Amino acid sequence: MNDQHKSVGAMRRLWIGRSRNLISGLISLALTLFGLLIFTFVLSRAAPIDPALQLVGDHASEATYQQARHELGLDESLPMQFAHYLGRLSHGDLGVSQLSQQPVASDLLRTFPATIELATCAMFFGAFFGILLATLAVYKPGSWLDHLARFISLLGYSVPVFWLGLLGLLLFYATLHWSAGPGRLDDIYTYTMTQNSGFVLIDAFRSGDMAIVKNAIAHLWLPVSVLALLSMASITRLLRAVMLEESNKEYVVLAQAKGASRLRILLVHVFPNVLGTLITILALSYTSLLEGAVLTETVFAWPGLGRYLTSALFASDTAAVLGSTLLIGTCFVLLNALADTLTKWVDPRTR
Amino acid sequence: MIISKKGVSFRWLRPFNTLNIGLILVVILVGLALLAPLLSPFDPNIQNIQERLLAPDSQHWFGTDRFGRDLFSRVLYGARPTLILVSLVILLTVPIGLAIGIFAGYFGGWVERILMRLTDIVMSLPSLVIALALVSILGPGLMNGALALAFTSWPSFARQARTETLAIRNSDYLSAAKMQGITGFRLIFGHILPLILPSAIVRAALNLGGIILAAAGLGFLGMGIQPPAAEWGSMVASGSRVIFDQWWVAAVPGVAILLASLAFNLLGDGLRDKMDPRHDK
Repeated sequence: MNDQHKSVGAMRRLWIGRSRNLISGLISLALTLFGLLIFTFVLSRAAPIDPALQLVGDHASEATYQQARHELGLDESLPMQFAHYLGRLSHGDLGVSQLSQQPVASDLLRTFPATIELATCAMFFGAFFGILLATLAVYKPGSWLDHLARFISLLGYSVPVFWLGLLGLLLFYATLHWSAGPGRLDDIYTYTMTQNSGFVLIDAFRSGDMAIVKNAIAHLWLPVSVLALLSMASITRLLRAVMLEESNKEYVVLAQAKGASRLRILLVHVFPNVLGTLITILALSYTSLLEGAVLTETVFAWPGLGRYLTSALFASDTAAVLGSTLLIGTCFVLLNALADTLTKWVDPRTR
Repeated sequence: MIISKKGVSFRWLRPFNTLNIGLILVVILVGLALLAPLLSPFDPNIQNIQERLLAPDSQHWFGTDRFGRDLFSRVLYGARPTLILVSLVILLTVPIGLAIGIFAGYFGGWVERILMRLTDIVMSLPSLVIALALVSILGPGLMNGALALAFTSWPSFARQARTETLAIRNSDYLSAAKMQGITGFRLIFGHILPLILPSAIVRAALNLGGIILAAAGLGFLGMGIQPPAAEWGSMVASGSRVIFDQWWVAAVPGVAILLASLAFNLLGDGLRDKMDPRHDK
């Protein structure tokens, strides 16, 4: 009876602790998003282009100009303007792109799946080979595999991704013809295939035509490999350091003394202890992939968010630039928050 | 790995550790940038349309670009804006990051909460994208590029400085200083800062490789130092138009970016291993 009472008390404390964690996590998430919104708002106000003047043109009368300013809300105080900005955002209104003459929100919805597809495929391969390489390196520290892992991760940290993409195109597209080159599909398929999901692989499989699937993969694999190399490098480097530090701890020595094999120690003893850190590493690497996609998509003419952002930059299309910044920033913030939550979930020590 | 199993000595390899290789590469890089006017055989900005897109030969060691400019000279001169830009970024971020971190760690309470919240917010923003957005508003160029990159690169310094300040806040060493009547700013700058500076320098070296890549990325997207000035990122961008026929125009400046970033990454790794032997080996 007493025991039961005690455990109920422990449960209650645990739940209070957890909900307090949850609430503080939500508050910090909201604050971070608010900070991002202030940043994009300040930039949109600081832009050298006067939106009212842009709307009415140089030759408009003073009255028309003032009318436009009033309609755009530019004659109000900054806090009021910020409130209106938030109000518009809550309706999904990010302004109209000068370049495409479309609402920025619909442009982002159209281009974002291509970036997600690229980053997710790269993440999959990068994580697989990164975890493999880090584990092999820690299996025997100082071995040639360990040196190889350090060398590859150092190179991956130092290589400019846009240059690597260009060399990849030169070698695998122009010289060896293993890759189908820039873009997501050959032109003949781009207009014959029904695209409704925004993910070219899914659409290709849905069409049931294996030639399209093959073509999509032939376009996809090279940019994915370039990005995967980068994420593999960072995952290998971070995970190797964490696992190495962990495998010098006393419980590992104990397991060794009891006769456990090195592989068993790594997989059964060390791995559960680094799982929380691994989640953070993976989230970090996914965010850097989203950012790396900006440069990679430019090289591979990949019609995603990154290329949308860079072409908006060239055209000084402020609404489109800030809309993309807001979307990528929100992804960053959400991924970080997700990683924190997952880490707390799998690793009791961090609760 | 000094003696291998077969008994062959690798002792002679010992001086070639990451720290020394990185240091040598950085010294070479800075030296080439400083001596660019003496070492480059041609004016980096002189156009010679008759000699455009030449393959590397004995006269033009790295070939020429589409305006007939000598690529070897341009790569040498290209080290200058890169090094100036990353130095500016470090000069801007290290003091800001250290000040925020030390104040947060020293004062604690709500000062710490506000400063660290701010740090966390900036830390979870996408640095290259934020830099691009900033440059699109401020306009491209060396100073604006440095400002834009600095805007998102100070939080790592602040976090590290805070952790270390917390660790020494209650140390006997600091109590002794306080008992001698040292307080306020003199305590912070005379007694806390010197203890935190070395690890901040290591962090700076570690961050520099990434900042070089980000600066080159800005240049590649046309948002860095503007042509005709030689800058590695924009040189890769202009070479990308002829990548399938005259590959060296884009390849050569890319190698320069890779080596510069590698040099600082090696230096940073080596310094960190020296400072914190527990971390790696």
